[in-house]
Amino acid sequence: MSDEPNKGLQSPLRRKLLMGAAALPLVSILPRPSFGAGPATATVNTTGLAVTDTEVTVGILHSATGTMAISETGSIQAEKLAIEQINAAGGVLGRKIKFIQEDGASDWPTFAEKAKKLLVNDKVAAIMGCWTSASRKAVLPVVEQYNGMLYYPTFYEGLEQSKNVIYTGQEATQQILAGLNWIAKEKGAKSFFFIGSDYIWPRTSNKIARKHVENVLKGKVVGEEYYALGSTQFNSVINKIKLTKPDVIFTDVVGGSNVAFYKQLKAAGVDLSKQALLTISVTEDEIDGIGGENIAGAYACMKYFQSLDNANNKTFVPAFKKMWGEKTVIGDVTQAGYLGPWLWKLTCEKAGSFDVDKIAAASPGVEFKEAPEGYVRIHENHHLWSKTRVGRAKLDGQFELIFETADLIEPDPFPKGYQ
Amino acid sequence: MFGDYSIGELGSIFVMQGFAGLILFSVYVLMALGLAIIFGQMGVINMAHGEFMILGAYVTWMTSNLFQSYLPGLFSGYFFLAMMLAFLASGALGMLVEWGLIRHLYKRPLDTLLATWGLSLILQQAYRSVFGAREVGVELPQWMLGSLKVTDSIEVPINGIFVMGLTVSITCAVAYVIYKSRWGRQVRAVVQNRIMAGAVGINTEKVDRYTFGLGCGIAGVAGSAFTMIGSTGPTSGQLYIVDTFLVVVFGGAASLLGTIASAFSISQTQSTLEFFTSGSMAKVLTLLAVVGILMLRPQGLFALKVRK
Amino acid sequence: MIITSRFFNRSELIGFVALALVLVVILPLSLDVFRLNLVAKYLTYAFVAIGLVLCWGYGGILSLGQGVFFGLGGYCMAMFLKLEASSVENTKIQSTPGIPDFMDWNQITALPLFWQPFHSLTFTVLAIILVPGLFALIIGTAMFKRRVGGTYFAIITQAVAAILTILIVGQQGYTGGINGMTDLRTLKGWDIRPDHAKIILYFFEVFLLFGCIFIAQFIRLTKLGRILVAMREQEDRVRFSGYSVANFKIFAFCMAAIFAAIGGAMFALNVGFMSPSFVGIVPSIEMVIYTAVGGRMSIFGAVWGALLVNFAKTGLSESFPQLWLFGLGALFIAVVLAFPNGLSGIWADYVQPRIDRLLALRKSKSGSPWAGNSVADGAPAE
Repeated sequence: MSDEPNKGLQSPLRRKLLMGAAALPLVSILPRPSFGAGPATATVNTTGLAVTDTEVTVGILHSATGTMAISETGSIQAEKLAIEQINAAGGVLGRKIKFIQEDGASDWPTFAEKAKKLLVNDKVAAIMGCWTSASRKAVLPVVEQYNGMLYYPTFYEGLEQSKNVIYTGQEATQQILAGLNWIAKEKGAKSFFFIGSDYIWPRTSNKIARKHVENVLKGKVVGEEYYALGSTQFNSVINKIKLTKPDVIFTDVVGGSNVAFYKQLKAAGVDLSKQALLTISVTEDEIDGIGGENIAGAYACMKYFQSLDNANNKTFVPAFKKMWGEKTVIGDVTQAGYLGPWLWKLTCEKAGSFDVDKIAAASPGVEFKEAPEGYVRIHENHHLWSKTRVGRAKLDGQFELIFETADLIEPDPFPKGYQ
Repeated sequence: MFGDYSIGELGSIFVMQGFAGLILFSVYVLMALGLAIIFGQMGVINMAHGEFMILGAYVTWMTSNLFQSYLPGLFSGYFFLAMMLAFLASGALGMLVEWGLIRHLYKRPLDTLLATWGLSLILQQAYRSVFGAREVGVELPQWMLGSLKVTDSIEVPINGIFVMGLTVSITCAVAYVIYKSRWGRQVRAVVQNRIMAGAVGINTEKVDRYTFGLGCGIAGVAGSAFTMIGSTGPTSGQLYIVDTFLVVVFGGAASLLGTIASAFSISQTQSTLEFFTSGSMAKVLTLLAVVGILMLRPQGLFALKVRK
Repeated sequence: MIITSRFFNRSELIGFVALALVLVVILPLSLDVFRLNLVAKYLTYAFVAIGLVLCWGYGGILSLGQGVFFGLGGYCMAMFLKLEASSVENTKIQSTPGIPDFMDWNQITALPLFWQPFHSLTFTVLAIILVPGLFALIIGTAMFKRRVGGTYFAIITQAVAAILTILIVGQQGYTGGINGMTDLRTLKGWDIRPDHAKIILYFFEVFLLFGCIFIAQFIRLTKLGRILVAMREQEDRVRFSGYSVANFKIFAFCMAAIFAAIGGAMFALNVGFMSPSFVGIVPSIEMVIYTAVGGRMSIFGAVWGALLVNFAKTGLSESFPQLWLFGLGALFIAVVLAFPNGLSGIWADYVQPRIDRLLALRKSKSGSPWAGNSVADGAPAE
């Protein structure tokens, strides 16, 4: 366990980052950083990746169209911001990052096809991409077969670990357990009602949550319900919630269903300032569509909130808004997307190479001290050590930080006793 | 599961569950009505139905923003204006589409399916380009939020009552227009025999255009109303379209009564099952029942004559 | 050669040779394995498109649920491949080794009964043909015996597609849910992922495709094909002449379903993947548009349609993802409004006459024996 989140404030990289991010307009006046001063291409690239003396190519693979575009837009924006900042700060191993953006079109096979294109045709050094579990599952065999490097930003169900993937979001135990502990202690909660969308992530998350509630917290799960993706009618389950009167409603509903669920919950007279609700699927992005007034008072369990009060975040948020507009909001996954290019850069510099095998080997132990969430480090299992935080949704669509774990939580994609 | 509850609690839950079923019923009718009119009266399947609904939702969103910035005092009443605007916007677009696209295809009803599907893709992308890929949150006036306490334990959502009222009034209005008004007689005359109707002096082109516009306009109102209960984004229309189609197909498509009966049976089955099993299981069981009945009675519940 | 020249008229022979040349010689020589594998993926839709030519172009039955059959075929194949990929040593880390990974994630501890027969390749191949075929038979019998047709049939097939998608997504313990079945590796121990395997699979697929083209052409030329056309034009007259209209319709629909299923199975093999996103309404309608673009009356046109639309899709979505949807939408509308006979219609109306004229000039002999073009006889039905 490490608790040195603010140590990195004075590092030279931090200053570079500040120059790059906060002083972006200056960059156009100042001489542009000259690329090409890094180590020879032959030494840093022995496997024929798209690396020249002055440039290195990475891929961005998200849905710009289709139903998932709503969620994935933030990740695309964050990754582009990170790449721009890295370039402004001198690039990677003296090379400017060039990116090729592909559209997964919310369609899993398209993700696989485009990943293959990026790896085989474009020979990208790394891919920042995927969002849903389904898209990751589709891309995983491709990156393993063609030995690519994928930086995956979304919190997800765990049960997976690959040499070719760095998971910059939380796996299920990291996200859930501390939050459940907190709410059990804070609210004296004993009974829980689970409601989620019907696919692998909510089901696995709820399985872990159920074991934790029953075995560790000695509480009771009074209901567990799943609704098909895209469902918009929740009145029946809301009646069941009223009937069972749980201490806590625990939700992992996703997408457009989220909007319907909270609007109907509010309309049914469930007052979230009295009824505790803990969600692991609502970030600032989702609140945009739900409307702050419909969800104010709910607790969300994440590792990052836009309102986090630390020096890193205070440079990150304005830089993001400067690039993408004042009205944009930054959710947990967006921040995790931002980590991808930075972690890759730091790993390349640690390994002194762009070779995928060397990067995979050098990844464990890489730390990113300027992460907006505070401080992260890559674990041997290619997930991140990170904190769990609980925030309460406010009317303006932001979260107010209520609780954070003292230490970084160890990622554990195959949790013993929770399977 | 009911052992631990008192009779009073159970009673109120059943009342509330009954309301939940009725709300679902209203939502289904509202969704399917526009589609059923266009299909029943013109034989055209409008695959862009969901996108017309979302146009209504976006109009509502824009109206609410306008009221918030310029007329905050009148905000509590904006929704009625928004629904009217939604009707006009979707209806106008519908008439435009009829003029530019549908009227060339009356002799080839299957092709209208493909053409309107193309239209729906274009509209989706247009919404994405104009309003952005993210969902927008429509702010509602305070009085429409929350619930009505009937007794201590029975609470009914106000927006549910609103949707029910809206559905009843729109259905009555449509039934009146089609079965009682002069224009409705013209519509039915054109349906029965286009050539004869033209020969007795009915402007069939105009009748077609207004019928299509009416169907699309109702879709717009439905979209506007659904901002209360669902999401508004470029692809949200697709969330509704499957249910809409099922209701229309199951009802037999040709008659208003069929649509209403089908919406009623599907919604009651689903909401009862939802209560006794779980959400996704209820959906599956309902759909299986629908398919089973469609295999036995493929022309739907209330079809009088379905030859192509 | 005599048989061939009867089997294909001259313009069809040109079409056949051109297609064979492109698929067997030009594309494999000019494309790298990655692009060739993409072509293989596009061609899986060509199977569906050929089926649609039979049932929509000739029979006048528009099915908007071909994704159902594509999906059933694909899932049958994927189940076999998935079982092979889930050997005990491959799945050591699971709590129950030896079953597919998604079952393990969903707390299923033993292989469900209906999965068991998919250990056998013979059973799988039979299932790929029979399951969709029987399903189509049931739907077709239920609908056509009661004289349901036209638009109404189209939306019922669409409802079936929607329902099957929801079922597959909802029963994730048995089907892999929304993720589908991923990470398919070997076929009877033969690795389907490396480049040389992709090339072999491509040629195997082209071989099957020509098989289907021949079958479709055969059906078209027999009396059956003519009855289908007659039925499309004047259903009642055919009925009054003593034919059982429903049976012919059911046959055409089942053939289309089987072709689609073969396409689906080839998809699972070539792409190494099967998911519910090929079953629903959207893919089903896209499959119809391949046929419409190629020409609903032309078997070769359907293949070209599937190839070209998909090439455009990949190309446009690589460079302008936003434009792609506008483009696709406009394509739908343009094909329906302006070119109801699609590419083959354009060919027959504009290109073919000029070629004929050129040839006629050269040979000073009129091309009358070939004047009856296969495309020209098919004005859109209904």
